[in-house]
Amino acid sequence: MDERERLKSFEQTVLPHLDAAYNLARWLAGNDHDAQDVAQEACLRALKFFGSFRGDNARAWFLTIVRNTFYTWLRKNRPSENVVELGDEVLAIEDISVNAEILNSRLADTETIRRAIEELPVEFREIVILRGMEGFSYKEIAELADVPIGTVMSRLTRARRQLQKRLAGEFKPGAKP
Amino acid sequence: MNCQEATLLIDSYADGELDAAGILELEKHLHDCPACALTFRNVQNLKKSLKQDSLFFTAPAELRQKLKAELRSQTESNRPFWTWNWFTAATTGVAVICLALLLPLALTRPSPQQQLAQEIVSSHIRSLMANHEMDVASSDQHTVKPWFDGKLDFSPPVKDLAAQGFPLIGGRLDYLDQRAVAALVFHRAKHVINVFIWPTTERDSKPAARASINGYHLIHWSQGGMTFWAVSDLNEKELMEFVQDFGTN
Repeated sequence: MDERERLKSFEQTVLPHLDAAYNLARWLAGNDHDAQDVAQEACLRALKFFGSFRGDNARAWFLTIVRNTFYTWLRKNRPSENVVELGDEVLAIEDISVNAEILNSRLADTETIRRAIEELPVEFREIVILRGMEGFSYKEIAELADVPIGTVMSRLTRARRQLQKRLAGEFKPGAKP
Repeated sequence: MNCQEATLLIDSYADGELDAAGILELEKHLHDCPACALTFRNVQNLKKSLKQDSLFFTAPAELRQKLKAELRSQTESNRPFWTWNWFTAATTGVAVICLALLLPLALTRPSPQQQLAQEIVSSHIRSLMANHEMDVASSDQHTVKPWFDGKLDFSPPVKDLAAQGFPLIGGRLDYLDQRAVAALVFHRAKHVINVFIWPTTERDSKPAARASINGYHLIHWSQGGMTFWAVSDLNEKELMEFVQDFGTN
């Protein structure tokens, strides 16, 4: 394919998902400056590998690249950021209850929700964005994050529980999410 | 099923990702267990809250400009400078042979239906790229519907589905299948849904997912002499919910 045609095809297939890419990068990186760096780098990588894109889901393909770019960037720029080692341990029942009244009142305030998501460990944040905002299926998330589908299920459950606890002001850092 | 087991399934259930057997068992448990039923409601409330527009970050114009410049410079630096030499001659020879071999493939053209699906997705993307989602911006169906009068030779059904979480944003004239058609624009969080409508002689048909092209889902149905195509990057399940709401209201 001619270089200009390739670029045109790239612009039509991948660039419509730039908002989704930036949104993911922004939530993962935590600020605009780093998010732009990650999104831009991901975009150039996507162009480089565009020839190998065969699927029909450009958004998932592009966001996979954004995600990988982010983790490479994270290791290089913030090696100390705590990527929690997430086991698949079963949730204890007493951990999941949360004061529904407080929770619902907090859900009314976008700023509170935003802060609570920002405080989540990065792997929880990621799955909350991919499912909650982008609406990917469990199977798509499993492929995107390169984990088994069972891990998607349990991680999402624990991420949402921790988010609810943080929202309700009941989160204790020592406790299991 | 005990609470421990239910806990692990409540999120999958809320996400529509649980299998039929799991659904039956869990629903029975939720019916009998107020604590787990509350957990389920909390999950639903949380899910709803995460869908609001204001939580989405939109790519800044600065980033778009940087990318545009970057992409342009990439193609310019990579553009080959051809001169007629033995290499070009050889490549041309190979290309001619390849073409001859590929010709039978090229003759098997996509079906009209596939072409139409592709056309619809292109139309959807164009409306997003050109920032030309609509000609009439209104969430009021009584504003949007009359707007089409005089512009089209038919009157498309218009309804607002804000109560179902799919607010009507506006309408637009578009051109598909060699005719002017009505396009209705709905939002779901940051996702845009276009519904294309035009008259047809097709018999009524139930909504069916027709294709996924470049990550966009398409659902088609016919009703009362009109043909409908819904297209969005929204996941297929939610798009189908939208179509059901649109059709049954």
